[in-house]
Amino acid sequence: MSQQYEPVIGLEVHLELHLPQKMFCSCPAEFGGEPNTQVCPVCLGLPGSLPVVNREGVLATIRAGLSLGCEIATFTKFDRKNYYYPDIPKGYQISQYDLPLCRKGSLTIDVNGKSKVVGITRVHLEEDTGKLAHVDDRNESWVDLNRAGIALVEIVTEPDMHSAEEAVAYLKELKAILSYLNISDCNMEEGSLRCEPNISVRPVGTSTLGTKTEIKNLNSFKVVLQSVQHEIHRQSAALSRGEEVAQETRLWDEAGQKTVAMRGKETAQDYRYFPEPDIPPLEISKEEIETARASLPTPPKERRKALVEKGIPDYNAEIIVRSQGYADYFEACLSTYNEPHKVSNLLIGGFLQELNQRGISEEDIPIPPEHTATYCRLSEEGGIGKAARKQVLAALFDTGKDPESLVKELGVSQVEDQDEIGKMVDQVIAENEAIASQVRGGKTSAIMALVGQTMKLSKGRANPQIVQEILKKKLEG
Amino acid sequence: MSELWKLTSGDLHERFTSGAASAVEIVESHLDRADQVEAKIDAILTLDRDHVLAQAKALDAKREKGEPLGMLAGIPIGIKDNICTEGIKTTAGSRILESFVPPYNAHVIDKILAADGIIFAKTNLDEFAMGSSCENSAFKVTKNPWDLTRVPGGSSGGSAAAVAAGIVPLALGTDTGGSIRQPASFCGLVGMKPTYGRVSRYGALAFASSLDQIGPISKDVAGSARLLSVIAGKDPNDGTSIDQEVPDYREALEEEMFGLTLGLPKEYMSDSLPSSIREAVDDVVLTLEALGTSVRAIDLPHTEYAVATYYVVANSEASSNLARYDGMHYGHRTKAPIKNLAESFSRTRSEGFGDEVKRRIMTGTHALSSGYYDAYYLKALKVRRKIREDFETAFEDVDAVIAPTSPVTAFKIGEKIDDPLSMYLTDILTVAVNLAGLPALSLPVGFSGEGLPIGLQIIGQPFEEELLLTLAQGYQVETDHHKKWPQIP
Amino acid sequence: MKREDVEHVAHLARIQLSEEELQTFGAQLESILGYMEKLGELNTDDVEPMPYAVDVKNAYRDNPDHSPLPRDAALKNAPQLDPEGKFFAVPKVIGEISPNQGKSGEAGS
Repeated sequence: MSQQYEPVIGLEVHLELHLPQKMFCSCPAEFGGEPNTQVCPVCLGLPGSLPVVNREGVLATIRAGLSLGCEIATFTKFDRKNYYYPDIPKGYQISQYDLPLCRKGSLTIDVNGKSKVVGITRVHLEEDTGKLAHVDDRNESWVDLNRAGIALVEIVTEPDMHSAEEAVAYLKELKAILSYLNISDCNMEEGSLRCEPNISVRPVGTSTLGTKTEIKNLNSFKVVLQSVQHEIHRQSAALSRGEEVAQETRLWDEAGQKTVAMRGKETAQDYRYFPEPDIPPLEISKEEIETARASLPTPPKERRKALVEKGIPDYNAEIIVRSQGYADYFEACLSTYNEPHKVSNLLIGGFLQELNQRGISEEDIPIPPEHTATYCRLSEEGGIGKAARKQVLAALFDTGKDPESLVKELGVSQVEDQDEIGKMVDQVIAENEAIASQVRGGKTSAIMALVGQTMKLSKGRANPQIVQEILKKKLEG
Repeated sequence: MSELWKLTSGDLHERFTSGAASAVEIVESHLDRADQVEAKIDAILTLDRDHVLAQAKALDAKREKGEPLGMLAGIPIGIKDNICTEGIKTTAGSRILESFVPPYNAHVIDKILAADGIIFAKTNLDEFAMGSSCENSAFKVTKNPWDLTRVPGGSSGGSAAAVAAGIVPLALGTDTGGSIRQPASFCGLVGMKPTYGRVSRYGALAFASSLDQIGPISKDVAGSARLLSVIAGKDPNDGTSIDQEVPDYREALEEEMFGLTLGLPKEYMSDSLPSSIREAVDDVVLTLEALGTSVRAIDLPHTEYAVATYYVVANSEASSNLARYDGMHYGHRTKAPIKNLAESFSRTRSEGFGDEVKRRIMTGTHALSSGYYDAYYLKALKVRRKIREDFETAFEDVDAVIAPTSPVTAFKIGEKIDDPLSMYLTDILTVAVNLAGLPALSLPVGFSGEGLPIGLQIIGQPFEEELLLTLAQGYQVETDHHKKWPQIP
Repeated sequence: MKREDVEHVAHLARIQLSEEELQTFGAQLESILGYMEKLGELNTDDVEPMPYAVDVKNAYRDNPDHSPLPRDAALKNAPQLDPEGKFFAVPKVIGEISPNQGKSGEAGS
C-alpha cells in the first residue's frame, strides 16, 4: 500500500528594480559595469555613511503591490536584518520586517484550464547584495559591490500551490504582470528576477504542514519546474521509506538533474531584526496610493481579452501580450493599418523571427510602427510581390526606411500593368503551346500551370490575379 | 614665544581677519603649544604639521587677495577621530581601523572647510566612542590637563583635553550618552550636544544611530555658538537631519534671560552627590536668580531607569553598527590561518576590538536576539518614551532644566576601568538627554576642593539651542571659571 | 549567564573568546544584563516603543549627492585585492550560506 503525498509549495521571488539610482544612495543602478566602479561610501558601507531613501523605489514597490491586489501600508518602516557575509558590506541588510509596504494580495493563475487563486502574503522593499565570484585556483573569493544597494522587491506567497506546474504558472503570470510595470527587466537568467520555492509534502488528506526545504539558484522556468518536481518526488520517497525530511536549503544540480543539500552546517539563523534607526519611517498618503494606482498599466490578462475581442486568435493574442512593449507596438500599428488579424499574423510570424534573429527586444523595436503597418498593408494588398516580402522585411530592419521607398529601390513592386503582363502571357503561351491547347480544349484547371510560369517569368512580381484574368481572356475567349 | 594659543576662537578670528595675525602665526603658536604639552596630555592621534601649515598658508593667501573669509577663518580645530576626514586617518581609537583613511569628508568637515576653519588634529577617544574616561582608546590614555593622574572624561576626552591644554581653541566631539558634556565638565569647558537632527551625522562613525550627535567643545560659550552656527543644518545625506533654519547662534549671546523659569530635577540632586558639586549647583542657582530667572524643583520620575534604558538601546544599535568591521572590505583582517569564513570574521573582530567594545557588542547582540528582544530592546524603547514624556511634562512649567553634568569630578586613571557597570553608572545625569533627543550644554561652574572643574548642564526643548546659549552666556559674563588655565607641570 | 549562552552570543556577534575571556566576559555580561533587567519593574503595557529620537517621517532623497568613487579610492582600504586590483579579495567562501543568494554558496554531494 503506497501512501499518496500532497505537495505544498510557496514561492519567494526577488525582483531587482532597474531604477536610475540605487535604493539608498545615488550611484547608478545599472546592470554589469566594470567591477567596483558603481560604488560610493554608502553602498560600500564605509564607516560614517548613511542611507537615504529613494522615493522611486518606494513608488515602484507600491505599484508592484497594487498590481498584485495588495493593501498598501499607510505607515511603514525599514528594519535591519543582521548577518555576516562578504557580499553585504554593512554586516546587515536594510529590509522590512513587521511593516512591509504591501500585504494581503493575490494572483489568479490558469493551470490546465482551471483558475486558481494564489495568496500573496507580502511585498516588501530591501537592498540587493554585492556579487561574489569563486576563484578555483586561489584560496580566495572576489567581491564586486556594484550591485550592492540596488533596490530589491521581495514577493512572498502563501503556501497555496500544490504542483510544480502551478508554481511555474504563478511565476509566469507574475513575471508578465511585473514586466508590464517597467520597473525591472524581469530576466531570470541575468538574475533580475530570482525565485526560491519552498516545498513540503504531507500525506493526502492531512492538513498539518510537513518540514519544508527551500531551493535556491534557479534561473529559468524550466529549472523551476524540474527542481520542484524532483524535490516533491525526493521528499515523498523519503517519507515513504519512513525517513524524515531535513529543514535545509537545497540547490539545483543541473548536471545531475536533482536537488542537493548545500554543504556546510546551517545553524538556525537569528537575524536580530530591529528598526533601522538611520531611516525615519514613511507615511504613505491616500493620494500617493491613488496616483500609483492610476499609473498602473492594463494588466496582460485584460489586454489579451481585449485583443481576442478584436477578432485576433487566442494564440496570436497570447504571444503579443507577453510583453507590454509589443502589445503597445501592435496597437500603434493598427492606427496606420487597422487590420488586427493580419497585423497580428505578421507580428507573431516573420516580424518576430526578424526580432529574434537580430536579438532585438520586443520592448525596444527600432522600426517605427507606421512602417511595419505599411509593410503589412503592401504585403496584403499586393504592393509587394509575394516572393519579395522577406527581402523587404529584412531591408526594413536593415535600413529603417519606409517600405514604399524600399519597394521602389529594390525594384520589387508588383507588376499590375495589363500590357506588360499581356506580353509575358503571350510569351508563356508560345512556349507552352501544349498546355495552352488543353485549356482551350476545356481543361480549365490546367490554367494554373500557366499562371505559375508567368509568375516565374516576372520573378514573382506580377499580380497573380491579373495574370490569371489575362490568361483566361486569351485562352477561353 | 607667542601666546596666541591662549586666545579664544573669537579673538583669533578677529586677529586673523583684521590682519593683526596671520594664519601661519596662529597655527605655529598652537603647534608650539602642542609640542610643549602633548607628550604629557596624549590628546592627539594624528597631527600632520605640513597639512596644518598648508591650510594656514592657503588662508593667508586668500586673505591677501581680499576674498571673503568664513566664520571660522583663522581658527584651528580639533576633530574627534571618529569623524571622517578625507585623506586623513580616521581610527575611532580602534585597532580595527588603525590604518583606515576615509575617501570622503564628514558633512561637518566640509562645512568647517567651507567656513575657512583649519583642521588641526584628530583627537583621542574611547574606542568607537564607548566609554566615559578615554581609557578605552586602543592607542593612548589621555590625561586631564587639570590633573595628569586623572581622566579627561569621555568619550570625547581627546578633544576636551586638547582644548583645556590650549592645543586648539575649538574642537568637535560626538555625544551619544554624554560624551561631549561629561569631558567638557571634567576639563572645565563648554560642550554642547545639539538637538538630535540639528547636525548631520553623515561621516561620523555610528555608535548608536538614534542617539549620536556631533557638537562643539570650546573654552567659552561664544566658541560653541560659532562652531554650531557652521555645522548645523539639514544635510540631504542624513535622513535624520532636520530641515529647520539655522540661526547665527552668536546672536543668542546678546539675549536677555530675565524672567525665564528653570527646573532643577530632584532626581539629579541625589544625596550621594559630592558636596562640592552640590555647592557649585547651589551657587549657580543663586547667580541665575540674581540675573532674573526663577529656579524651581521639578520631577523627572523615570531617571532611575535612564542608564539601563540607555545601555540597552545604545548597545543594541552598536552591535549592528559595528558589524561592518569584519575585515572584508576595509580595516584590519586577521593574518592567522583560518578554517573558514566565520573564523575569519570572529578572529578579525577579536583582534581588532578592545574589551569594552566587545562587551557592548555582546550585550547589544543579546538584547536583540531571539527570545530576549521583547524583554530588553523593546522594553527599553518603551521606557525611553516614558523618559521623554518626563521632560515634556517638565517643559510645560519651565523653560529649561539645569542639573550637574556628572555626579563625580574627574576620577583617577584606572579607578573604574575594571568595573564596567560602575563606570556606566557615572553616566546617570547625561544619558536621558540623548534618549529624549534634547539639546544640552555643559559649562564650567567652579572647582572642587582638589582643584578639579565642575560642570553644570542646561537642557532645553528640541531646537532651543539659542536659549541654552543665552543662559550660559548670561552666567559666564558674571563668572570667570572659563578664563582659568590648568598648570601643566 | 551560562557558558553556552555566552558562547552563543559571542558567535552571533562574531567575536572569538578565549577560555579565560569566556569567564570574565560571562561574569560582566551577567552583571550588566542583570542591571538592565531593572526595566522589568516598570509597567509599560500601553506605551508605544520609541526607536527614533525625533518624529521625522518621509525623509526621501531629494538632492542626490554621491557620485561613485573612483575605483582606486573605493578599494584603497581593502585588506586584500585580486591580482588585477578590481575586486575585494576575501577568504574563500565554502559552504557558508548567504540567506539572500544561493549563488554565493556551493553545492555539496
